[in-house]
Amino acid sequence: MKTIIVVGNGMVGYKFCEKFVAKANSDQFKLIVFGEEPREAYDRVHLSEFFEDGNADRLSLAPRSWYDENDITLCTNERVINIDSTNKTIDTSKGNTVTYDQLVIATGSVPFVPPIRGVEKKGVFVYRTIEDLEETLAYAETIKGGKAAILGGGLLGLEAAKAVMDMGLEANVVEFAPKLMPRQLDTRSSKVLQVKLESMGINIHLSKATNQILGNGKITGMEFGEDDMLDVDMLVISAGIRPRDELGKSTGLAMGTRGGIIVNNKMQTSDPNIFAIGEVALYNEMIYGLVAPGYEMAQVAVDQILEEKETVMASSIDMSTKLKLIGVDVASFGVPFMPTAKGHSIIFENKTQSLYKRINVSHDGKKLLGGILVGDASDYNMLLQLYQNEMPLPENPEALIIGSRGEGEASFGSAMDLPDTAVVCSCEAVTKGAICCSVLEDGNETVKAVAKDTKAGTGCGGCKPMVVDLITESLKTIGKTVKERICEHFDYSRQELFDIVKLREVDNFDELIDLAGSGHGCEVCKPAVAAIFASIYNETANRQNTIQDTNDRYLANIQRNGTYSVVPRVAGGEITPKQLMALGRIAQKYDLYTKITGGQRIDMFGAKLHELPLIWEELIKEGFETGQAYGKSLRTVKSCVGSTWCRYGMDESVSFAVEIEHRYKGIRSPHKFKGGVSGCIRECAEARGKDFGFIAVEGGWNVYVGGNGGANPKHAELLAEKVDKETAIKYVDRFIMFYIKTAQPLQRTAPWLDKLEGGITYLQNIVINDSLGIADELDREMQALVDSYKCEWKEAVETPEIRERYTHFVNSEETDNNIEFVSLRDQKMPKQWA
Amino acid sequence: MITTLNMYQTVLPEAVNIWFKAAHISKFPKNGGACIKYKDKQIAIFNFARENTWYACQNLCPHKMEMVLSRGIIGEENSEPKVACPLHKSTFSLKTGDNLNGTLDPIATYPVKIENDFVYVGFSE
Repeated sequence: MKTIIVVGNGMVGYKFCEKFVAKANSDQFKLIVFGEEPREAYDRVHLSEFFEDGNADRLSLAPRSWYDENDITLCTNERVINIDSTNKTIDTSKGNTVTYDQLVIATGSVPFVPPIRGVEKKGVFVYRTIEDLEETLAYAETIKGGKAAILGGGLLGLEAAKAVMDMGLEANVVEFAPKLMPRQLDTRSSKVLQVKLESMGINIHLSKATNQILGNGKITGMEFGEDDMLDVDMLVISAGIRPRDELGKSTGLAMGTRGGIIVNNKMQTSDPNIFAIGEVALYNEMIYGLVAPGYEMAQVAVDQILEEKETVMASSIDMSTKLKLIGVDVASFGVPFMPTAKGHSIIFENKTQSLYKRINVSHDGKKLLGGILVGDASDYNMLLQLYQNEMPLPENPEALIIGSRGEGEASFGSAMDLPDTAVVCSCEAVTKGAICCSVLEDGNETVKAVAKDTKAGTGCGGCKPMVVDLITESLKTIGKTVKERICEHFDYSRQELFDIVKLREVDNFDELIDLAGSGHGCEVCKPAVAAIFASIYNETANRQNTIQDTNDRYLANIQRNGTYSVVPRVAGGEITPKQLMALGRIAQKYDLYTKITGGQRIDMFGAKLHELPLIWEELIKEGFETGQAYGKSLRTVKSCVGSTWCRYGMDESVSFAVEIEHRYKGIRSPHKFKGGVSGCIRECAEARGKDFGFIAVEGGWNVYVGGNGGANPKHAELLAEKVDKETAIKYVDRFIMFYIKTAQPLQRTAPWLDKLEGGITYLQNIVINDSLGIADELDREMQALVDSYKCEWKEAVETPEIRERYTHFVNSEETDNNIEFVSLRDQKMPKQWA
Repeated sequence: MITTLNMYQTVLPEAVNIWFKAAHISKFPKNGGACIKYKDKQIAIFNFARENTWYACQNLCPHKMEMVLSRGIIGEENSEPKVACPLHKSTFSLKTGDNLNGTLDPIATYPVKIENDFVYVGFSE
């Protein structure tokens, strides 16, 4: 068996392993990977996402177990320090010597730190690894609200600027060139981007050569020239990369004059048994600082090592990129800018909307040579395909960027016009032909199924819209249409099914599936239908308990070990000392773990199934009612203390919150929804982070809708300004009812509003101006829900047949002996999962 | 935990030595499940009323080793009857025990018969 050693475990090193083990004859090789970083390979491209939750695992490309499963030996924290190419061995930092047959160098690059005086000062960082970020983050904590500079206005520098903003610091981008992203953008597009970024609060300083870093021990500023200084508390350097090529040098491999290990089109270095790939490799006298070419190099090296000699690197490498920079689309492809001797440019610019589009067309007007898109890159995929496949251009090529005039025809037909060989997903090199074949011949009809089959769209995801188009169009050619449907049992969208239930007055699942569906249902349609019944008839989850999700079925939240948590309603977060003591007494009696929730109430964990009715019987006796923490329904209305106590309060936020929580309690909806009421614009109740929110202002209440926290935080949008309380409630009544009737299953208000054509303006028209003439109906339906509320836990404990459901075994009084608790800070928690 | 999992082995109809009288049919909700105890085993029994069929399988979900399958929603996928685990929605065939939406090991299934309105589960020992 031959041994292949991979030096470096970054994205390209990992890709090499992935592609290698996918080959049938790879089992004749032993693969050993050395990485100097402490963790497995991770996604550096999305490093700034690390800031959003500090969760490094999310960036991980493959867990350690993946390496085990594929028989790859992974040595992290171990650097290769020497290569002996004569005896074919390597030495590592841990003192190990290993023999290889073939060696792959994928050591990547390091950030280039320019030789500026004072660069060693405290508070100066680079932007490259998770460790870099952690150090930067720790330092940022010490200068909260301070100013930070980013040296370098390239791609990575602007990413770093976003990260710095997320840390709560003022971001200043300092660039040596007279424009941003000098390699990808021309002057005008760079200006458009600059104006946009400045409007977002990022300061841009162009044509600045930094002379020295100021400060005594730690950075206090940067000096550009005489009397030209910038005060900053922190500096992140992102001034390009330098290949990590020390091993190449010490091994005596042929090197570029400015660094990088020279490779041929087989990715071989001057030693045929040593390959170099990724940012360490110098190919065509260039270092390619993008992921896609690195992945291609990995593929070439794999094939060459496995004796598939015909795979070689293309002579010119496509540097096209599309990305979202701080929420702004930026893309460039082909030759982004060039002299008029080579071709003509068509340019569209609209600074008021931060839009810039440029395409470069050959002199004869037949071929697309390249282009730049800023602000809206939705046409990128099509343009890239036109360019890569050298497809003929329409007669008026300007239609490609400003849309065609007249007939309303799409300017470049559909994705189906592409040749079958067109590469749609460049991360995984999936062609249009492969995607269509997966649909037409292998019967994959959803994005998920096609992705599983072909891997298309599983990399950066940028090609997804095109994959969707291809699937939809392919299905059309065989007479199938794609529609949003709930699942295989109901060929309707939720909204359609809602109308059917209402018009036909169906109120049980079996009847509905016999009438409008097929088969026997599943875990997707059953809870969705249950929610529709609840929204129309306001029936509790007790009546048709077996179509409910488990939380609704048992009116409690199932937790890690199969026990449940109990949350009584504490409207507006207002609770009396007597109630608090009652909760304490009951929690202690049943040995429950207690915690304050984010919604200002108290959660009691660790209740066994049979204990739930006992606990609720006591809670109800103390005057509590269910908090529906388990339901897709109103959770809480969070409030600040408001004008009743607070010296800044403009109105009584607690009273409003209590009233509105009681109004909407028990209402089932497509997903959970939450509210907030703040007594002034300081917004202590975080009302704008909720599905609906009220904020007291001079002269009334501002009403916000469509916000949420969670995985994709979104601020709510302003629905109405300075209205009185009754009007505010009326508007939110209609908003919620309209959402309940039209959203998809498990779609929260924020994505629903996002998808709503016309957005907030359309919603305002419906809710305020009654543009659809349905306001009365919405009002009536909401009032009916409000009037028919009952506490479902009261119903459950008072009805023997329902109470009987709360038993672990139906043939034994025993309880589940599989449940184990361990102690935690004077309370208990479930034993860890094995 | 692994030993817990090993306790559950599929019993085919021809291998049944003991028909255990579990409980009256009224104890099992229509188109839903409930859990019974047999010796040290926890068995989930489902009354698939729409098909007029009964199924039994281990109550233990092999994903996170919790005794919860009897509380899952049942249904069918391309006519294959299945149960969805209430914790993370892993689905298993009620006929073969195979994991339908992932790569978990199959769960053990057991024969069920109804006599005089009582539910019996078949075991080999």
